[in-house]
Amino acid sequence: MSTDTHSSTDTDPTSSWIDRVSASDVGLYALLLGLVAFYLTPIQTGLVTSIKTSQALRETLPFLPPGAAGITFEKWQVAFEALSSGMINSMLFTIPSTILCAVFGSMAAYGLTLANWRGQVLVFATFIAGIFIPYQAVIIPLSEFWTVWVNLDGRLAFLWGLPLLAEKHATIIELIITHTAYGIPICTVLFRAQYQTMSWEMIEAARLDGASMWRVYRRIVLPLSIPMFAVVFIFQFTQIWNEFLFSLTLIRSVSDPAASVTLILSGLGEAMEGVDFPLRMAGAFVAALPTLIVYVLFADEFAEGVKV
Amino acid sequence: MRSRARHARSDDGGCDGRADRPASLADAAENSPDASALRSDGGVAGETAITDDYERTRLQRWRDSDFVQSVPFWLPPFLLMGFFVYAAIGWNFLISLTEYSGFGDIDYSTIGLHNYVELVADAGFWAATRNTLVLLVAFTLACLVLGLSLAILLDRKIRFERTFRTIYLLPFALSFIVTAQFWMWMYNFDFGIINGLFGLVGLGPYSWLGSPRLVLGSVIFALMWQFSGYTMVVYLAALRAIPGDQYEAARVDGANTLKLYWRVIIPQLKPATVSASVVLVLFALKAFDFLYAIWGFRPRRGADILATKMVREAFQRQEWAYGASIAIVLFILSLAIIAPYLYQQYTQGNL
Repeated sequence: MSTDTHSSTDTDPTSSWIDRVSASDVGLYALLLGLVAFYLTPIQTGLVTSIKTSQALRETLPFLPPGAAGITFEKWQVAFEALSSGMINSMLFTIPSTILCAVFGSMAAYGLTLANWRGQVLVFATFIAGIFIPYQAVIIPLSEFWTVWVNLDGRLAFLWGLPLLAEKHATIIELIITHTAYGIPICTVLFRAQYQTMSWEMIEAARLDGASMWRVYRRIVLPLSIPMFAVVFIFQFTQIWNEFLFSLTLIRSVSDPAASVTLILSGLGEAMEGVDFPLRMAGAFVAALPTLIVYVLFADEFAEGVKV
Repeated sequence: MRSRARHARSDDGGCDGRADRPASLADAAENSPDASALRSDGGVAGETAITDDYERTRLQRWRDSDFVQSVPFWLPPFLLMGFFVYAAIGWNFLISLTEYSGFGDIDYSTIGLHNYVELVADAGFWAATRNTLVLLVAFTLACLVLGLSLAILLDRKIRFERTFRTIYLLPFALSFIVTAQFWMWMYNFDFGIINGLFGLVGLGPYSWLGSPRLVLGSVIFALMWQFSGYTMVVYLAALRAIPGDQYEAARVDGANTLKLYWRVIIPQLKPATVSASVVLVLFALKAFDFLYAIWGFRPRRGADILATKMVREAFQRQEWAYGASIAIVLFILSLAIIAPYLYQQYTQGNL
């Protein structure tokens, strides 16, 4: 069995004994492929279902593609039309909050790692606990805060007459701030894990040279954080894009102009005569498209973000 | 690494960040040509800075202390996060003591524990608690076992390891609203694959998402499909961290593969198991999206958990205060998991 397929092999002494068990390789790969089938079947079934006509849906097996007569891309078109405004809204709040989360997380991690003061562990613990808080425990005050206390669309009313701005942008701003606030803890933990492994001597030397913390951050820490920024961007983008509870409780209505893509998808294809499955499947793929693209291109960064 | 930083420093004019600290000899040293490089050997510039330090007044030293200098970095994110997380939880507790329901303003003048009394008498609350606990235990165990198996398989230096890992982790990258659509179709009574498979061996069809006895199991299975990739990644990282000579030593001792994993490897995965369990349990507590995508605000009887009941009471029935009291129960359950975990991490020096 070849062991040269990935880079860690040559430094890993386990490869020598692993080589000897190659007799069971066939079983191993069969098992791995069976698991591939397990993980991909729901997705693959959804994909072939999304292009079936309602007649093909009833007459073909769910995981088999329809014959030429049973193919239609109409559902994809309908789904795309229904979800396109949601895609734009989701992009409008996902991208800014992803960037803000990463910047704030990096700053907090730096302030809590590379400086030395008592009590920083305690402050850091409040950040970690923040990752695990059930959002159910905050959504009532959150909706009270945004709708009654802040009332952003009322306060910014003078802006809505301007071109390109509309009332829905108040909701978008609310979502940006909300997602940023709840994304900071995980980003801080991710950055801190990296900063703890950083070369202390170099930073110590820079500090002794009289460099301020800000200068050390900008000149040494930030350039070395770029790979971690990639990880955090990839991970937070998918997390915020996929989020649903805040959309449901802050936007509330599927027909709201600010409705996010997950919110619209949750109500797609519901009719009196039952669920339109091909439309639902097409919608699921349209809604998942950005995350799928990001995931396929940057699977390693995503896995890195999951680990902590 | 170092040369990159040095380069960055040497073409810097030396004017940023200056306002943060008092002018001192260190500044002069920093700007002098021979000190512009970073010194790890404690060269001339470093020594100048140290002696200079003793001459500063206490105020200057305080301003230069790590604590004060680090405040601008961590305080703004801390305040933003602290307000939305901790202040909001306190506010939520306050709301849970009122009688706030329907539309209108919150009346904070009449405060009491009546919502919690009502909760104890609510049969729906106990059913939801029971379902939450079943979901939590079964889902966590299933994910741990499947994830560990996947990690052990992938750790055997197989070909296309990265591709396999990417495929197994793929469901975790998708939104619950998306995966719920897939599983509604998988579990469909007339055309779903699951009933098709059971039909092959002459069983069924079953109403996977309709029968109160089956719904929770169906949900757990689908969530396991989505989350086991996550546990796999956590275990894979832990397996990679085990030194290879332990495999060698066990083999020299004549242990077979099964024994090797059971006696030598798995006991060392305890930290990974603990941290993965914490994440899985906390997810199980707040799982909402998936259930909402299938049933809306009211899951089928047998699948209602605290998280769905809380959102339904508050955002559908407008019983805000009552919903807030369920939220507090959820928060306390989470705290019962997080606090010991953080304390354990702290005593082990992992924070």
